[in-house]
Amino acid sequence: MDSMTIIAVVSIITAGLTIALGSIGPALGEGRAVSTALSSLAQQPDASATITRTLFVGLAMIESIAIYCFVVSMILIFANPFWNHVIAGATQAAGK
Amino acid sequence: MRLSPDQLIFWQHGFFKLNGTIVFTWGLMLVLAVGSKLITRKLSTDLKRSRWQNLLEIVVTGIEKQISDVGLKHPEKYIGFLGTLFLFVALAALCTVIPGYEPPTGSLSTTAALALCVFVAVPLFGIEEQGFWGYLASYTKPTIIMLPFNIISELSRTLALAVRLFGNMMSGAMIIAILLTITPFIFPIVMTLLGLLTGMVQAYIFSILAAVYIVAATRTRKPKPALAIKT
Repeated sequence: MDSMTIIAVVSIITAGLTIALGSIGPALGEGRAVSTALSSLAQQPDASATITRTLFVGLAMIESIAIYCFVVSMILIFANPFWNHVIAGATQAAGK
Repeated sequence: MRLSPDQLIFWQHGFFKLNGTIVFTWGLMLVLAVGSKLITRKLSTDLKRSRWQNLLEIVVTGIEKQISDVGLKHPEKYIGFLGTLFLFVALAALCTVIPGYEPPTGSLSTTAALALCVFVAVPLFGIEEQGFWGYLASYTKPTIIMLPFNIISELSRTLALAVRLFGNMMSGAMIIAILLTITPFIFPIVMTLLGLLTGMVQAYIFSILAAVYIVAATRTRKPKPALAIKT
């Protein structure tokens, strides 16, 4: 296999694995956060404004991890610098 | 497939490019500025007021209450900055219902600019509240060993603000674009609704996180008075 094929294969596999493994942790974390928030809402309904706001802020922080994995995956698929470099080299060689 | 509105070029002359991000940002600025100016031309303080003034009052008092709930004692000092952040990001997400529009916050340039505004504003508010040396001394709390970690956390949370907002908006737009090529009938509308919801939540999160950072920077630690214990 030449280097172009290797880069393409590894980029595709890594992009899929990144987003697949990267969403497991945040999903579990958000589930636990929401379940704890629900039980504390059931215990103290008059603090619901504070609990809801803190829940949303916490969910956003946990979600960021999944967003980082998504951004890396998108970079590998659409803005891959190694692939661009190899394609530029190939079109230059074909143009000569 | 377009990754961001940066690649949608409307007009180009040599080095200067008028891309989608700039044009849509100008459109949002125009709507916010001209709309507010028109509504606040004739403000009335008695019971009879226009419905637009009512709308603005609901928005402003809501934001003020949220800011004071977070812990800032004088919300009127911060509502200009935090309210503008919230309104800009929320309007950028809401206008997705207009066909042909792409949210400018789906470009890393816009979100990086907003995060840099927060990065600059937090020390400014901290210095205004605690004085220059008092604010710098807060980096060495609780111990001087924490100084590099405090600086790193300052930089990383700014980066996290930018990437969080960019990732959420870009993923919403990309999901809709992909779905339009697979099942173009009803499902993209459902995903647009989900995109609207996450856009509003992300607007709220952005401004609340900025408020929390300002609280952390302006919190003056007074030494606790010694308790007089009667023995």
